[in-house]
Amino acid sequence: MLTPDKRLIYRHHKDGHNHTHPHPFSPELETQRSGGREIKVVRRVLDANDMMAARNREFFASKGIFVLNVMSSPGSGKTTILQRSLAHLMPELRCAVIVGDICTTQDADRLSLSGAPVVQVNTDQFGGDCHLAAHVIERAMAGIDMDAVDLLIVENIGNLVCPAEFDIGEDQRVVVLSVTEGEDKPAKYPLMFRECDAMLLNKIDLLPYLEYDVETTLQSVAQIHPGMPVFQISAKSGQGMDAWLDWLREQVRSKRT
Amino acid sequence: MHEMSLAMEILKIVQDSIPADLIDARVQRVNLKVGRMSAVVPDSLRFCFTVVSDKTNVAGAELAIEEVAVEVRCGDCGHQWLIDAPVFVCPQCSSGRVEMLSGRELDIVSIEIEDEEGSDAHAG
Ligand SMILES: Nc1nc2c(ncn2[C@@H]2O[C@H](COP(=O)(O)OP(=O)(O)OP(=O)(O)O)[C@@H](O)[C@H]2O)c(=O)[nH]1
Ligand SMILES: [Mg+2]
Ligand SMILES: [Zn+2]
Repeated sequence: MLTPDKRLIYRHHKDGHNHTHPHPFSPELETQRSGGREIKVVRRVLDANDMMAARNREFFASKGIFVLNVMSSPGSGKTTILQRSLAHLMPELRCAVIVGDICTTQDADRLSLSGAPVVQVNTDQFGGDCHLAAHVIERAMAGIDMDAVDLLIVENIGNLVCPAEFDIGEDQRVVVLSVTEGEDKPAKYPLMFRECDAMLLNKIDLLPYLEYDVETTLQSVAQIHPGMPVFQISAKSGQGMDAWLDWLREQVRSKRT
Repeated sequence: MHEMSLAMEILKIVQDSIPADLIDARVQRVNLKVGRMSAVVPDSLRFCFTVVSDKTNVAGAELAIEEVAVEVRCGDCGHQWLIDAPVFVCPQCSSGRVEMLSGRELDIVSIEIEDEEGSDAHAG
């Protein structure tokens, strides 16, 4: 990841000329090549993951399953939001959950109370990865009867950086930001907020106790991802959940038709 | 910290890309393009690559990272510009329909392999 202050801050061109093409800045370009024989490769580093994600996506499409990838920093309320959402969405929608954590099965235990099939993925078997990769999702699906699922929700590992880079074959991505994390998070992690299709601003029940400025957050998000829907919710009190759930139901419906 | 997974992917692709007749040659350099909007710390990636390539036929290869600027285009008026802050709003017409043309790269461009003929010729 580019650190928040390094990201998107460019060295200025010395000669101030104008560009209409992407321009590399790295000083390494000016160093000598190794003098060896150069062999063109031209492949995406994440080729293997992208191919697996495409396979997942094809599989989901063949089954008519809508897949939601939920991402956020640790503790912003993903599991709590999903618990409450599942209680409203089921049984009209047959839901299943894949939940990633580096270790422990606590989130899966909480989500299982909903009655939905839940598969916990612990990435410490995969080197403690900070994200769920497409092949991990494929493997996790083996634990679910996918013929009996309309909506598959993936709770990604708590991390605002890495999961944004890994396509898992999902239809839509949602980022959760809680008001205790600060207004500056979208600007500090623009890739995540740019890559997601909707944002949940959670824990608004705490606003009376904080000096959190919702307007600042909304303005910042409107610059990074103009037009992205933002739902202000409290997974604790249930406030704002209806609008979010209506949006989600609409997404699921529109994939089916 | 997904630089470790990325480093492992890079190693795999590099090893696949070595031509069969050069399989014993030393890989001197791997040229990578990394967009400014991608979630990668170049230093950390270089470090992880050193770790994963150790004791392989790619050990000691330099990971040369070329960073790519974020260029965007307005979907409404066609204005095209480089951004230096994460603001995806058109400065010409205020449209938010802005498309990223570059800046998300995470690509292996080429590898450079020790060229015995070349170095002989150089020496002679
Ligand atoms: N006040 C308040 N607390 C909340 C709300 N939503 C979640 N919490 C609390 O925030 C803490 C973390 O919630 P989780 O749902 O476990 O968060 P998470 O994002 O799943 O966390 P990880 O999976 O560990 O990344 C818990 O103590 C929740 O009770 C909310 O809307 N309001
Ligand atoms: Mg959780
Ligand atoms: Zn414009």
